[in-house]
Amino acid sequence: MLRPHGDTPRTPRHLISAADLTRDDAVLILDTAEEMARVADRPIKKLPTLRGRTVVNLFFEDSTRTRISFEAAAKRLSADVINFSAKGSSVSKGESLKDTALTLEAMGADAVVIRHGASGAPYRLATSGWIDSAVVNAGDGTHEHPTQALLDAFTMRRRLVGPDAGLGRDLEGRRITIVGDILHSRVARSNVHLLHTLGAHVTLVAPPTLVPVGVEQWPCDVSYRLDDVLPKSDAVMMLRVQRERMNAAYFPTEREYSRRYGLDGERMARMPEHAIVMHPGPMVRGMEITAEVADSDRCTAVEQVANGVSTRMAVLYLLLGGSETALPSAAARTEENK
Amino acid sequence: MSKILIRGAKVLGGEPGDVLIDGETVAEVGTGIEAGDATVIEAGGQILLPGLVDLHTHLREPGREDSETVLTGTRAAAVGGFTAVHAMANTFPVADTAGVVEQVWRLGRESGYCDVQPVGAVTVGLEGKQLAELGAMHDSAAGVKVFSDDGKCVDDAVIMRRALEYVKAFDGVVAQHAQEPRLTEGAQMNEGVVSAELGLGGWPAVAEESVIARDVLLAAHVGSRVHICHLSTAGSVEIVRWAKSKGWNVTAEVTPHHLLLTDELVRTYNPVYKVNPPLRTEADVMALREALADGTIDCVATDHAPHPHEDKDCEWAAAAMGMVGLETALSVVQQTMVDTGLLDWAGVADRMSFRPAAIGRLEGHGRPVSAGEPANLTLVDPAYRGAVDPAGFASRSRNTPYEGRELPGRVTHTFLRGRATVVDGKLA
Repeated sequence: MLRPHGDTPRTPRHLISAADLTRDDAVLILDTAEEMARVADRPIKKLPTLRGRTVVNLFFEDSTRTRISFEAAAKRLSADVINFSAKGSSVSKGESLKDTALTLEAMGADAVVIRHGASGAPYRLATSGWIDSAVVNAGDGTHEHPTQALLDAFTMRRRLVGPDAGLGRDLEGRRITIVGDILHSRVARSNVHLLHTLGAHVTLVAPPTLVPVGVEQWPCDVSYRLDDVLPKSDAVMMLRVQRERMNAAYFPTEREYSRRYGLDGERMARMPEHAIVMHPGPMVRGMEITAEVADSDRCTAVEQVANGVSTRMAVLYLLLGGSETALPSAAARTEENK
Repeated sequence: MSKILIRGAKVLGGEPGDVLIDGETVAEVGTGIEAGDATVIEAGGQILLPGLVDLHTHLREPGREDSETVLTGTRAAAVGGFTAVHAMANTFPVADTAGVVEQVWRLGRESGYCDVQPVGAVTVGLEGKQLAELGAMHDSAAGVKVFSDDGKCVDDAVIMRRALEYVKAFDGVVAQHAQEPRLTEGAQMNEGVVSAELGLGGWPAVAEESVIARDVLLAAHVGSRVHICHLSTAGSVEIVRWAKSKGWNVTAEVTPHHLLLTDELVRTYNPVYKVNPPLRTEADVMALREALADGTIDCVATDHAPHPHEDKDCEWAAAAMGMVGLETALSVVQQTMVDTGLLDWAGVADRMSFRPAAIGRLEGHGRPVSAGEPANLTLVDPAYRGAVDPAGFASRSRNTPYEGRELPGRVTHTFLRGRATVVDGKLA
């Protein structure tokens, strides 16, 4: 499903970068996720499609939210799940990524979901000949977090187009604003790639210190003024800003950041009525988002978590080639797209 | 000692002629020289160069003999056509005392493949705090004249000033690894379009250029000479060009890899492309080639940096920085400078032998190919084409960025004071 295009060396059979996805790939994943979401509404939330397959969650960084999301996704597809946390394991005693990979391969992993602090670690895992299994990037350093971008796009399509009306459609013409620490954000990078592929118009908003040198080549606009952009946004995605950043002089104080780039009730009121507020979590309330906004009906943070499971089910299903009969409607649409 | 007649060689790329080696020296250069009892090597129009001199080699011994030793490193140097290398000081222990530099110097003498001129550390332990005993290292048997904290920048302006001044007493030179440390914390690759996309910490050009600007001004102020290691950006070229236009005593080197490779290769996340300073952009590569051609950059230096396999067979951030380069340097220079028409072979002799020997004040190397000179010579077949195969390296390490890449030219013979260290491309 993941065909190569663009100028980065590509990785079919894996999900490493949102830039690897064509528009049709992405729409297929979102449509499949919609099918998966319907499973979640059933009394028995489980499909037999990945029975006998093994999915390893290989987490070199603590991320309970992402790990349990992948775990729930794999279990709902009846896969066997092994959680491998680097902390307290042989990895913390100096074992290399390669040896860890060889171990997982020997255990017969069909897919490895990897979270790693080093940008490019999933790409290395997928391309170095260490393992044969499919590799899913669950966040690498400050590079990418493609399933987060997919679940974000899924949430946008549901809210802005509609769960049924959205099927088969992309985000053409939607105006998406991403606010916060762009420089260190893998979520922002994946979202820029994917939203652009889906036809949306992306604007990044941040203090200039938190925008990477080289951003001018990205398929998006950059603004330093949140208030200018809000009235023209269909969705505003707030990114977490770590307080430690101010110690490295990225901004003077938490309060100044919050005043200039935080989203409070007053600012939210300047957004179009239909516009939504998104946050990948974990939120720092009082910093980039006030409690008033976080708890409002317009904020989709909790919905994004639920959508994360559906989207990751879709990714695992499509990567591991789940049986065709389990999802007749999604399979049928695949045919139509050909 | 025996006699060797090299017949039909183009000396420095000129008209074919003969060169007679008698013992350790060149006895005669001309045409139609009688072989007599000499062993004859039919050069068949190959290029004869003075033995190459590297100002910047990491031999790793003492301390990291798992990646290279003086013996394996000098074998690699001979295969690459070098007859002298400068061994950088960042060993374990650091070459910051007369004892360590003499050890390295002695190991070089014992190896017999290539002269080893140790470089002394500028500061104790490369820490940048206190001057090492520069005079003692100079006065030792190793006779150190080049001092460098390479791997680290002498970033304290006062320490740098004092070092520049101090080595004037014995005509030494400080070779600066220009890297502003605060601007490069967590740096993984060139900062620019590619780093933004890959999410790897950026190593901005300004971190190199700001230090070079400061150091050429310091050198001018105290009337010392300064050498810039592995210059890698177009901006650095402009600063050095400006400093030279002022008549200041500034020299600079460029590595072969910075003449050929760009940061686009980092998209593979393959740490074999991880090096310090990092691979830059196409525009930088072109500026470096032009600067080497017009003499703004004085010489090519390999920054040969061997690492064991496990230090590259990992994720990018965990990998060591550096590439081996001795065995491919001349081929890369041929491809980027000679085959492009930017330099002729006389120019190559200048940038890879005469100039580096002069900067290092190295005696017996970088001499003209003429009667009475030491027979340090390199014979090159420029017509050769072949893919780089690291399995065949003489170096103990294999971390080359050129694996499988076809490069032109091959060193067929290397002579160190009349003795063949390489014959028909193989170690003698």
